Amino acid sequence: MAETGTAITVQSVSKTFGSVLAVDDISFSVAAGSTTALLGGNGAGKTTTLSMLLGLLVPSSGAITVLGEDMIRHRYRVLPRLNFSSPYVDLPHRLTVRQNLTVYGHLYGVAHLKARIADLADELDLGAFLDRAAGKLSAGQKTRVALAKALLNRPDLLLLDEPTASLDPDTADWVRGYFQAYRDRVGATIVLASHNMTEVERMCDHVLIMKQGRIVDQGSPAALIGRFGRATMEEVFLDIARDRPHPQQAAS
Amino acid sequence: MSAIGLSARRIAAMCLRHLYILKGSWPRVLEMAYWPAVNMVVWGFTSQFFATNSSWVAKAAGVLIGAVILWDVMFRGNLGVALSFLEEMWSRNLGHLSVSPLRPGELVTSMICMSLIRTVIGVLPAALLAIPLYHYSIFSLGLPLIAFWFNLMVSGWAIGLGVSALVLRFGLGAESLAWVLIFAIAPLAGIYYPIATLPGWLQPVAWALPPAHVFEGMRSLMLGHGFRPDLLASALALNALYLALGVALFLRVWQGARIRGALLNVGE
Repeated sequence: MAETGTAITVQSVSKTFGSVLAVDDISFSVAAGSTTALLGGNGAGKTTTLSMLLGLLVPSSGAITVLGEDMIRHRYRVLPRLNFSSPYVDLPHRLTVRQNLTVYGHLYGVAHLKARIADLADELDLGAFLDRAAGKLSAGQKTRVALAKALLNRPDLLLLDEPTASLDPDTADWVRGYFQAYRDRVGATIVLASHNMTEVERMCDHVLIMKQGRIVDQGSPAALIGRFGRATMEEVFLDIARDRPHPQQAAS
Repeated sequence: MSAIGLSARRIAAMCLRHLYILKGSWPRVLEMAYWPAVNMVVWGFTSQFFATNSSWVAKAAGVLIGAVILWDVMFRGNLGVALSFLEEMWSRNLGHLSVSPLRPGELVTSMICMSLIRTVIGVLPAALLAIPLYHYSIFSLGLPLIAFWFNLMVSGWAIGLGVSALVLRFGLGAESLAWVLIFAIAPLAGIYYPIATLPGWLQPVAWALPPAHVFEGMRSLMLGHGFRPDLLASALALNALYLALGVALFLRVWQGARIRGALLNVGE
């Protein structure tokens, strides 16, 4: 069941790798049922932050609460209720799509698994390659399979790393619509890291902009665009990435 | 198994993942049985030759074949654990597994279960082949065979978990350890010769290893000196220690990988 109120709370979280400070004292919260984007250039700390939200990475300091549980101490209470997708993590190549979904379905304890896989195959148009080895799929097909795996357990929280990477514009547009419909139907919370500003503008209620491990600005896409006096999120992103003076500050 | 925080369903899911691979690739299954069978055939002929030229081997027909088969139990036990883990590394699947409800202890248990299955697939055909080829049945050892088999498998698991931990810590550059590390133990395990053959200073080192107790026990039985419960007990105690160390090392490195951020980016 989806949460009401706050789905994620991050308090004063930092992460260092040796002498490198990857995430520097960030704090934010994500409202339940919302879609939030982590934006930032390469090395800004987005993936590190996502990994800490997933419990894949232990913060050096700070606290993370996900769906009401302390993610550092009690992550196994939360993991059955969340899922994630990333183009940088594969599913076993030699297993067919159906076999992969079956294995993960059992890991997540999905009830009526065969019917669930059939439904997802139908919704995500996997039928033509359901019995093909995952390693023999095109990049776009792999992305759709990864989405099916991410949705198997009907997660209350979805963490997505570049969810439409390697998809053609038509399929990417369809996937965005699918996620929005899923969120509205289930009341799920979605957090995504993306470089696609159109995607962020369309899907997200809230944007966290990261730079050098810190959150340097945040707000709704419309509020950020308005504050920076720009026409698109892409222009806002470039202003921040290139340290351009804030247009309103420059004018004054 | 939920009492100790492990889920049989998730362990079975991980076994299913590896069984799917075996089901889809008969060359893999053949390869598993191939080397133990070839090894057994070579040592079978060697054994036949020695039997006519050595009074020691003649006294215990099959002592070399039995040793070869049991050594393969340990080797396959190690490989079964390590390969199950390497499969996850090769397919860059650890990230997905690490954010699923699968616990590290369940992953370890599934690797051990798969090792048991792989070892049976690998070693059983060789053991059966020895019966028509050399009129030697390792099953004639009776119940002690189960004790020998079990102990050597546990030794293999401990090494396999150690290898898996090293691969997780140092990356796939260390994967060849899965095949070679166990051979560092072979000279000390007394597979084909009594521990007394080793130099005096090396014998305590050998006795610190469980396989030395197992192979000594096997020879005692086959040479007509009877079953040695003392050797079985010491092998069991040492195996419990080494397996606990193997599991602890793997879990520690796993936790370290969560701190270093190594679980998301591992793979080929």
